[in-house]
Amino acid sequence: MDIAGVFLGGFAAGMVLFIVSVGLSVTMGLMGFVNLAHGGFAMLGGYTMVLAMKHAGLGFVAALALAFVAVALLAGLLERTLYARLYRAGELDQVLFTIGLVFVMIAAITLGVGPETQTIRLPDWMRGETDLGFVRYRTYSLVVIATGVALALALWLGFERTRFGARIRAAVDNRRMAASLGVDVGRLFTVTFAIGSGLAAVGGGLGAEILGLDPNYPLRYLAYFLIVVAVGGLGRVTGVFFAALLIGVLDFVLKIHFPKGGTMFIYALTLVLLLARPQGLFGRKGA
Amino acid sequence: MMRGAAAAAEAFARRHRLRWWEALPWIAALAAFFVFPTYLSFGTQLLVTVLFALSLDLVLGYAGIVTLGHAAFFGAGAYTVGMLAAHAGWNEPLSGLAAAAAVAATIGFLSGLVLLRTHGLTLLMLTLCTMALLEQAANMGAAWTGGFDGIPGLKFQKILGLFEFDVLYFRTQYLYALAVLFACFVLVRTLVYSSFGQSLTGVRENVLRMHAVGAPVRTRLVVAYTISAALAGVAGGLFAQATGFVNLAVLGLDRSAGVMIMLILGGYGRLYGAFVGAVAFLLLEHVLAKAYPTAWQLGVGVLLVLVALYARNGILGLAEPLARRFAARRGGV
Repeated sequence: MDIAGVFLGGFAAGMVLFIVSVGLSVTMGLMGFVNLAHGGFAMLGGYTMVLAMKHAGLGFVAALALAFVAVALLAGLLERTLYARLYRAGELDQVLFTIGLVFVMIAAITLGVGPETQTIRLPDWMRGETDLGFVRYRTYSLVVIATGVALALALWLGFERTRFGARIRAAVDNRRMAASLGVDVGRLFTVTFAIGSGLAAVGGGLGAEILGLDPNYPLRYLAYFLIVVAVGGLGRVTGVFFAALLIGVLDFVLKIHFPKGGTMFIYALTLVLLLARPQGLFGRKGA
Repeated sequence: MMRGAAAAAEAFARRHRLRWWEALPWIAALAAFFVFPTYLSFGTQLLVTVLFALSLDLVLGYAGIVTLGHAAFFGAGAYTVGMLAAHAGWNEPLSGLAAAAAVAATIGFLSGLVLLRTHGLTLLMLTLCTMALLEQAANMGAAWTGGFDGIPGLKFQKILGLFEFDVLYFRTQYLYALAVLFACFVLVRTLVYSSFGQSLTGVRENVLRMHAVGAPVRTRLVVAYTISAALAGVAGGLFAQATGFVNLAVLGLDRSAGVMIMLILGGYGRLYGAFVGAVAFLLLEHVLAKAYPTAWQLGVGVLLVLVALYARNGILGLAEPLARRFAARRGGV
């Protein structure tokens, strides 16, 4: 495979990581909540798509939209009823709670759908290759890249240019100050949590072709999602984007060239990066 | 008010003394040996896991170091014992455990020197990456470590030249693991009630104040981390000797996260949380996995969620108000 092809493959993988992880970064930065169940929402998104396409006969895009809405609603509900009770608890109680939640999700999927790996049928227009002029590449991967970039742009605009985004940035930097200026931080978090989990669902469904989809998904990729968040810097959308891109491309390239020790370099790189910049590549000092 | 303060001071001065209920876990463990002679293989796993959780309690519960990479030391101990026995013919059990402790302590000391400058999510990820690197190293160094398949069929000499490993019923292994656990427990208990243990708790509760009073915070943390690593190494070595094999599973995120969950479930920073948590988690998993092979995680998950929501300090935290009421009625503190 030529250089452009390898780069595009890694780009697509990185965009999946970005779409899934960005919500985790924002919620961890906003409320300091250690949400290890985040990958679970991505998995639920993937399974929503599988079921909607198989049993309700929805198309790919409609099923993807449904996954976003359904998982966002579920996450908002869980946030109000359960997560909100643990904001003041220590991070270890949060770890216990979210791992328990992952176990429940895994068991629910294993019981309800089955333990086997699921595939999501791509629509015909995504299956072939597209000629970009300099290279021909899988249309599916190009769609993933386009979606990732579009989402990153939309999120960046939303963060930097809207009132809602300004409130989130204010709350990430200083929650108490934001609250005393009249920002309803509790509601802000519910909405952010729901959108972040919905995006994870989109990543889980759209990226199923790249990351796969089976009940063990949330635990298998937990380390990757956390690495992206830590390297990118808590609560930084652009940070998550570039960290995901870096990890995605590196992982893709190294897995091709060193199939046995590919992931070793990811961990080594993360180690070096975090020792050099403990707050992440784009995080702010003292945050 | 004065009386309350004096009573509190009295309780503080006496808290290291042995209480009657502290004999219960050991009596239960010995009783289990006679009551469940066919479950001693599982029982040995339990004891090894309790020791591993106890080692984590020293750093997580007392020093407040949140790590997701503690299996690095468990795995280092297990691979040390396994590789020494398979390649160097060093299969004397007790010195094998000592070697496991030494190797794990070295890794703990070196990584602790570098990593313990950070905290929070960064520290969590750094410990995880360290463990993942060791896992990959074990995976790639197949000539020494057996790679993905690990090293099966390890043989060890008689313990102290007297007690032969019991491959069928695990009777020797169970008592051996219990003895090692007891020795390590006495060490940890002494440590946490010493002035060293006090300063660890101080670091956990308020790092700035500890710096302000001139405590050598970094040194204390690195020492605690090293001791904890050595104990985890012993647990790993014990695992390799008892089961007779080593594979990549001793080094994984599953094991790190699992032992952390057990400790929080039982109640961290309480010494006996390691016992309660490991036994509760593994028993439930064992029973559920037998009854509902596909859905055991549902029961475990619901338990974890309920404990996190309603029992903030783990299972032992639930028992504490009861114990206080009981003590108050007896006129004690």
